[in-house]
Amino acid sequence: MDFNINSPILFLLVGVIVAAVLGQSVFFLVKAWKRGREIGMPKEKLKKIASTAAVFTIAPAVAIVISVITLSKDLGLPLPWLRLSVVGSLSYETIAASNAEGAMGLVFGQVSNLTASQYITVAGVMTVSIMLGIWLVPVVCKRLLGGMISMEGRDKKWGEIFTNAMFIGMISAFLGYVFCDFLGVFSGDLRGLIPVLVMFVSAIIMVLCGLVKKRLGWRWIADYALPISLILGMASAIPITAMLS
Amino acid sequence: MNKNMSYMDSVHRCGRIWNLSMTVVLLLFPLAVGLIFGAAPDWHGFWMGVIATAPMYWAVAVVETFTFIPMLGAGGSYLSFVTGNISNLKLPVAINALEQAEVKASSEEGEIVSTIAIAVSSIVTTVIIIIGVILIRPLTPLLNAPVLEPAFSQILPALFGALGVVFISKNWKISIAPVLLMLVLFIFVPALNAGTVGIMVPVGVLFTLAVSRIMYKKGML
Repeated sequence: MDFNINSPILFLLVGVIVAAVLGQSVFFLVKAWKRGREIGMPKEKLKKIASTAAVFTIAPAVAIVISVITLSKDLGLPLPWLRLSVVGSLSYETIAASNAEGAMGLVFGQVSNLTASQYITVAGVMTVSIMLGIWLVPVVCKRLLGGMISMEGRDKKWGEIFTNAMFIGMISAFLGYVFCDFLGVFSGDLRGLIPVLVMFVSAIIMVLCGLVKKRLGWRWIADYALPISLILGMASAIPITAMLS
Repeated sequence: MNKNMSYMDSVHRCGRIWNLSMTVVLLLFPLAVGLIFGAAPDWHGFWMGVIATAPMYWAVAVVETFTFIPMLGAGGSYLSFVTGNISNLKLPVAINALEQAEVKASSEEGEIVSTIAIAVSSIVTTVIIIIGVILIRPLTPLLNAPVLEPAFSQILPALFGALGVVFISKNWKISIAPVLLMLVLFIFVPALNAGTVGIMVPVGVLFTLAVSRIMYKKGML
């Protein structure tokens, strides 16, 4: 069979794997939902959690589709579809593909027709190099969460602070990232202000949603405050970028 | 309590089976392509590619596993480490759901809430990618339109601006030191940028835990 990076058989193989990934998500969703109902969590509450998560996911998922399109120029459509439906990300896949292609004397971004051998080499590098997390979780997850529960049992207040501190630690890293090009502002390059202003717009919208809920009693706006802030924050990037670029 | 334990035990059992099976399935892809097209990998290229790529990502995976599991919960962890996009999608979805449901991450309700949020997010992401693949021809010019490019390149600032204002206002005492540290590091260290922010997450988490512990011991919290 002649090899082509967009061969129908590749779509079929990837489709089967993506169906398995979808199956795992549906399995855990059903399991958690059933358990939630068993312990008396109201159906409405569970539905609200699910619908907020779905709405919130749309914009980042569209960004992932853009990454698929970007990678498909070099690797065809099936492989980026697979890689970005599982553990991958645009930056990781680009680095892994560049390293694999570079090792075979190719230049990422300038390859028009990979051979079958080159293709499976690139796919193998992309798969193996990011595999660790998938099988490390089964090894450590139970023990790690058991340790968290016993720590909370010993000191409930510290247990709560511990969880909040982890969330704050992660958020602080991303807030720092927002300012990574800020230094350029002092030498006249205002583009470093774009992410900072977008962050403030999004934060202000989040605060406004909270105020609207408090003043007008619109509970729904609090439920969808994060997706609303995300979308409007992203939308604000368009005029902000036009002004500062 | 027994029922509670048995639910968690079954989540861990199923999670292990799913994740180990997915590991095999993912490894089978290049193998199947090789068998179908009668091709062998370029072993030199493969090993050179793995040596150039894997050490950093394996190190990050170890740190991320220990950092993210306590925040994601059991079901959420098994799912997130297969479906990916943890810090930019699955974790914010879980945090927001916990906040919305007003439950603690370590409680059984918290476990259920974060699992549902992450599972729904994974399903929606997978379905949107499938739609994107099917409609790639008409969608490509639209999604690659220059006017939309700034919006999609500013997802993280928009996301963490909104999440940050909620969590920092509720935990402002433990937020000051890590936010200041990260601002100084990201502003003044040129190597820190979009590509390295993932590595700084565990640094931020460990630093915040250390500062919080000191403040807690001194009775400041």
